[in-house]
Amino acid sequence: MTAANMLRARVTELADAAVADVLTDLASMTGLAGDHPRGVVVDSPPGAGKSMLVVRAAADLAAAGEPLMVVAQTNGQVDDLVDRLALAAPDLAIGRLSAQDYLPAPAVARHVAVRVARQVGDLAGCPVVVGTAAKWATVGEGQWPWAIVDEAYQMRSDMLLRIASRFRRGLFVGDPGQLDPFSTVEIDRWTGLTWDPMQSAVAVLLRNNPDLPVRRLPVSWRLPSSAAPVVAEAFYPFTGFVAGTVAEQRWMEFSTRVLRTGPVDEAIDMAAASGWALYELPARHTVRTDGEAVAACAKLAERVLQRGVVGHCERTPAGQPLTAGRIAIGTAHRDQAQAIRAQLGPLSAAGVTVDTANRLQGREYDLTIVLHPLSGRRDATAFHLEAGRLCVLTSRHRHACIVVARVGIPELLDAHPSTEPVHINVPAKFPDGWEANQAVMASLVKHRVRAS
Amino acid sequence: MSTLTALARAQAVSRGIAQPVSTVRHVHISDRPLVLVALALAGEANAPLAVMVGDDLRSARLLVVSQPRNRDQRFAFAARLAEVVVGYVDDCRSTVENVPPGAGAEIRERFATAPQIIVPNSAGFGFVRLLGRSTRFRRPSGEYAVDPAVPVLGRWLTFFAERAEIPGSCLLLAATQALALHWASGQSNVEDLNLAALMGWIDPPPGMTGPEAAAAAEDPLTWPPAGPATDPTFDNEVLAPLITACGRPGMSTRPRHTAVSALENALAGQLAPTWRLVWRAVELLRALPPGARVAARWESDKDAFTGYSDYLRDGGTPQPRRDSAVAAARRLNWLERSQASYAAQRALDDPLVLAEYRLTGEAFGGEVTAAEPDRVDASGKRRKLRPLVTVVTGDVLRIEPGTVLVSPSRPAQSARVVSVSAVPDTRAADARAAVVLELSGGMGRALTAVPGSVPQVGERLCYTTLTDSYQPRGSFPDRDDTPWTHGGPPPVYVPTNEDVTEEWS
Repeated sequence: MTAANMLRARVTELADAAVADVLTDLASMTGLAGDHPRGVVVDSPPGAGKSMLVVRAAADLAAAGEPLMVVAQTNGQVDDLVDRLALAAPDLAIGRLSAQDYLPAPAVARHVAVRVARQVGDLAGCPVVVGTAAKWATVGEGQWPWAIVDEAYQMRSDMLLRIASRFRRGLFVGDPGQLDPFSTVEIDRWTGLTWDPMQSAVAVLLRNNPDLPVRRLPVSWRLPSSAAPVVAEAFYPFTGFVAGTVAEQRWMEFSTRVLRTGPVDEAIDMAAASGWALYELPARHTVRTDGEAVAACAKLAERVLQRGVVGHCERTPAGQPLTAGRIAIGTAHRDQAQAIRAQLGPLSAAGVTVDTANRLQGREYDLTIVLHPLSGRRDATAFHLEAGRLCVLTSRHRHACIVVARVGIPELLDAHPSTEPVHINVPAKFPDGWEANQAVMASLVKHRVRAS
Repeated sequence: MSTLTALARAQAVSRGIAQPVSTVRHVHISDRPLVLVALALAGEANAPLAVMVGDDLRSARLLVVSQPRNRDQRFAFAARLAEVVVGYVDDCRSTVENVPPGAGAEIRERFATAPQIIVPNSAGFGFVRLLGRSTRFRRPSGEYAVDPAVPVLGRWLTFFAERAEIPGSCLLLAATQALALHWASGQSNVEDLNLAALMGWIDPPPGMTGPEAAAAAEDPLTWPPAGPATDPTFDNEVLAPLITACGRPGMSTRPRHTAVSALENALAGQLAPTWRLVWRAVELLRALPPGARVAARWESDKDAFTGYSDYLRDGGTPQPRRDSAVAAARRLNWLERSQASYAAQRALDDPLVLAEYRLTGEAFGGEVTAAEPDRVDASGKRRKLRPLVTVVTGDVLRIEPGTVLVSPSRPAQSARVVSVSAVPDTRAADARAAVVLELSGGMGRALTAVPGSVPQVGERLCYTTLTDSYQPRGSFPDRDDTPWTHGGPPPVYVPTNEDVTEEWS
């Protein structure tokens, strides 16, 4: 047995055991009444098979004769879950609860076992009903024995309050390292209350029910072995996780040869060789839509496509050309994404995704280019230091991640230690954004390429 | 900071005076506001030291606590403040107006005016909130009885402090916030929290530039802090000896009276400059023309005032110490809806505010290049008038087809984006885009539009994604049905003795 196969067997065993634990928890709670724990929380690092778990659990509960509701946060997530669930359990009647103006996505419409309805009453007889949290909040009556809440860390606790009467027990699945939900109003009126509506659903759930079991998925199938330790150390310092693959299983090659190399090609070579690259522009304080950084992001994406990168991984050992649809460019602000899209021109239309961290949550690509949130800034605000933002940006890739930044981020961090007030009765949140930023920069400097 | 505000601040520096960032007034200014400038004792949790309060520049009333650490004196102060504040609130309840009925509703009555308290800065909100918190649970009888006006004052102050959290409400205003909404100074946001410095930029004294006046405002001798925190040098050099003098044991009436007057004079000297500044700020704000939607927001303030007034009259309990899970979620939902509608109203009222959204792609301005005012959509059961207009714009666009837009010049009409395309024939170097819009509403009932209701070719106008349309309230469980995820139903509040024995702070 090769080293890769041995590792594969070991991590598969680890991952399977974690999933089995969750399913055992669910089975043991099913049918019980009274004061037993009324749910399970599952923390899942990026790409650890969260959706697979949701589908497995839903199929298991449905098979055990427990009707259940499945709650996701966006229509895209709901459609995706419905599709996966219908593929995994073709005989299961699935209800897709939708808003008035919803047109079934092709992935949903192709399944005969899926019924789409606006009213939950029209879905009677479906053991599994899937909908967005906002849609579930409009359902005024009925109670399901079980609920599965997907992306529960992205849901605000007031939304959980609105839907919690609809179920008796719940499985809450999500990634604690991603961005916290936010509000358009700034107010500290509820700071410290265990039911603070500005907190995430899981935070409030666990503070009010501290005996709820918390399980963890230990293996990231998405992140390559180059990225898993960096992301785990910076953003999951106490729980950690391992990569499901070894370096030999994931690698990139070029189908063209470069005649004149420049810093852009060097950065791409570096990323192909080590999984990371830090493309450093000269130090400068800039406006938010830094023209040079925007151009660099676009140029990198363009060049990756020109060079005909072929990615090899455990799914496609023979290699698969890296197309525009497998590349994403991540930013902190919408206007930055807008500027990069404009700069990309036809490439953006060809399918390169350019979006903010908030919108990239839960998505997966082969190669990502990240405009560092602190690049060119004079100050490091709580928004730009938020650990979840950098975590989302640096954990979307299966092969490599190229970070574009201006020189001077460690110095900027040193000049702006986090000064957020500490409140009574608010549990300390880990990881600290400042520390996580330092940790990521400390890893990235080893993969530095100077732009000039 | 948005790009436009940054520009306005840079211009303020180069021109040496604050620059307007709005074309209309976005706050309601009452004909008779109650200005309240307060000082608290350093080192104590909101122990009132002195207050200058009144509804006219010339009739300031000074209330002083000669020993702020004395509990009895604090409650005596609260009773005297209640006389002014509750008296002012009661005056606002003297006239009633009829509200025209909404759809199917009956004619309602509400008070024709509402009280408006103006404090110098946002720290003043904290003073009002904490003073309300310290007094609203007290009782006029039994152990630790206080003046009956004290708990009433507490409830009203809490009411004002809670209204101040609602975007767009004007029952409790901070002068610095209201000014910063209309002018950009050449200093930082933190420096703008100092009323004297901000007023220096906006309204420098004759012969001085804005930065000079702001620099002069840093001298605590001429411009004492606007409270509630006091100047530490004043505390040590002036206040401490005077308070000691007032509290010397075994003093006869006459020397005590002299000592108290000395303290009052010193504190009046600290309060008077800020008092005049706040009134000057009120004057400046009042001189601005009000935005079109300011009156409607003030009406909802009057409704809230009438509602709370009725609640108190019917013997309502004081506001709870903390929001329950359901109350907190409901309130957040309410605040978010108010925030969205306030932002939209300001943008629709004020082209300068709308310009901020044009820069971020949430609004655009342009010229109508084509119009089909008589287009009828016959696809549904009924034929509907749905004119098409094409607007060509040079603005940044972040608008997808299908989005519904509103134009400030035709707020009753909604425009759905049919398509967005680049204009190929461009003389200018900058990119231009053509937006095709399908209009509905605001054109009369017939299948031909009322003249002027559809934009004509050549007309310049703006469209924005911000809408001020009614947002439905979120549905929440009843308090008694609070789910297990949020700790279950909370206990019912029963007034206890702890309420009255509670420490002040």
